[in-house]
Amino acid sequence: MNIVVLLKQVPATESLVSVAADGVSIQTGDLKWVINPYDEFAVEEALRIKEAHGGSVTILSIGSDKAVEAIRTALAMGADTGVLINDEAAIGRDALVTAKILAAALKGMSYDLIIAGQRAVDGDNYQVGTAVAEYLGIPNISLVIKAEVTDGAVQCHRTIEGGTVVLEAPLPALFTTQRGLNEPRYASLPGIMKAKKKPLETKTLSDIGIQPGDLEGPSTRIVRMTPPPERAGGQMIEGESPQEKAAKLVKALREEAKVI
Amino acid sequence: MSNLVLAITEQIDGQFRKVTFEALSEGRRIASATGGSLAALVLGSDVGSLADELGKYGADRVLVADNGALADYTTGAYTNVVGALIHQESPAVVVIGATAQGKDLSARLSARLDAPLAMDCVAVSIDDGQLTVTRPMYGGKILAEVQMDGDPKIIALRPNAIAITEADGGGAVESLEIDPGESKIKVLEKTLETGKVELTEADIIVSGGRGMGGSDYSVIETLADLLGAAVGASRSAVDEGWRPHSDQVGQTGKVVSPNLYLACGISGAIQHLAGMGSSKVIVAINKDPEAPIFAKADYGIVDDLFEVIPCITEEVKRIK
Repeated sequence: MNIVVLLKQVPATESLVSVAADGVSIQTGDLKWVINPYDEFAVEEALRIKEAHGGSVTILSIGSDKAVEAIRTALAMGADTGVLINDEAAIGRDALVTAKILAAALKGMSYDLIIAGQRAVDGDNYQVGTAVAEYLGIPNISLVIKAEVTDGAVQCHRTIEGGTVVLEAPLPALFTTQRGLNEPRYASLPGIMKAKKKPLETKTLSDIGIQPGDLEGPSTRIVRMTPPPERAGGQMIEGESPQEKAAKLVKALREEAKVI
Repeated sequence: MSNLVLAITEQIDGQFRKVTFEALSEGRRIASATGGSLAALVLGSDVGSLADELGKYGADRVLVADNGALADYTTGAYTNVVGALIHQESPAVVVIGATAQGKDLSARLSARLDAPLAMDCVAVSIDDGQLTVTRPMYGGKILAEVQMDGDPKIIALRPNAIAITEADGGGAVESLEIDPGESKIKVLEKTLETGKVELTEADIIVSGGRGMGGSDYSVIETLADLLGAAVGASRSAVDEGWRPHSDQVGQTGKVVSPNLYLACGISGAIQHLAGMGSSKVIVAINKDPEAPIFAKADYGIVDDLFEVIPCITEEVKRIK
């Protein structure tokens, strides 16, 4: 069972994010960078499947030199090898181009199962994993909270609004993770030591068969970024008793805010 | 390419999801601004009787793909049908709700058609024929204005973000004969919690955090039932195992924008504030007057939530 995990390094969710001077990107100076939380679930799930069925876990990522740290963390958790597409023309592209690049890299790799985060918590596109599956011509199941590999297939519990659907896809297949799938392990100290010696290959776009010009085509462009509107601090409701405060609140919600 | 706008509908238990009407309303606005027409697409099994409803939201045509193989959503069958229809009709814009189904379908379609996709949009504007969408990034810490090159432009709308407007459309129903093909994926089981209000579609959310002190959410559930609200939770309440993961509101949970968000015993971590910051009205109830949530709240009450919420419930009962 060869498993590939698609992984992205993103700003930690506790980060304050602000718009850079160009107005179309964010300031990256003070950010702490981590593995995208949904990709961490993907790494953990891949390791569990490998532990049960044997095989290997490969981490595939696109990023600059600093993304090496995220891949090493995944290797320290227990993944076997890493591949980083480090090419200026590959970094910071929109979700569809990112999926094309990942699919091109995957075509030269051996995989039975691909696991990806449902979204990266920076771009919030919910698009890359599913689009990669389409480019590879394999089935995908998104938003998975439970996965079980059986004979030549993967059974997944997918979350939908108000419920769950159990689906089965023949391998090779791709699924994307949802919170609740597992609790990712921490890298152990011996794991961190071992990770330093694990193979981590760096590739350019031409290494994976993409020529300049291949990535031109439809795209999404950010033309402006703004912080969300500041919420003006509101009104504190005072009163002698909980009853009095509750009555004032309900009155305000009904008469001023008109929401109940 | 035509100037047709195609709105893809979604139904559950024989009823359209609210986001379907939001997608049609936005589709109508785009069609009117670009001198085009609006077609609604209904997919499913035995869904013919639903089609009539859609003319009232401005659909000029209602296209119905009624097929047993479309009874439950599967990526393959749905992508085959919608992809073939788009080849046939060449719409300029495709509008869809960014639900679990809509996100999956739109992402797969974008790759199938080599078409640009803007996911989870909260606003759409057209200026001089130039379409610009607004979508949150970084869990809502940033709003990005995005333009798309390529056709069709696929716009997936965040539920609850777009105003529903009724408009007269002809609503002429056409049935489609498109083969969904063979699905590689088998649906083994489907479980729906009946009567549960979905967080991302709720008008009102009552949410509990660490201040709940345990898994007994009955004070919150009683108020939520009375208001027809959904129950949410902060990450710490979920991490404690008090509530299911599916209830989590925040940057790594669900991003919500209800009319009213009642945060009970939630201090207001940055990830939580990002996930509910676009709510229209926010109420915070917390014992700690220094809790960061108060800076974002329209109304704040400093008190014990276990005392205040039952009083709010009584008060709502009294006025209803």
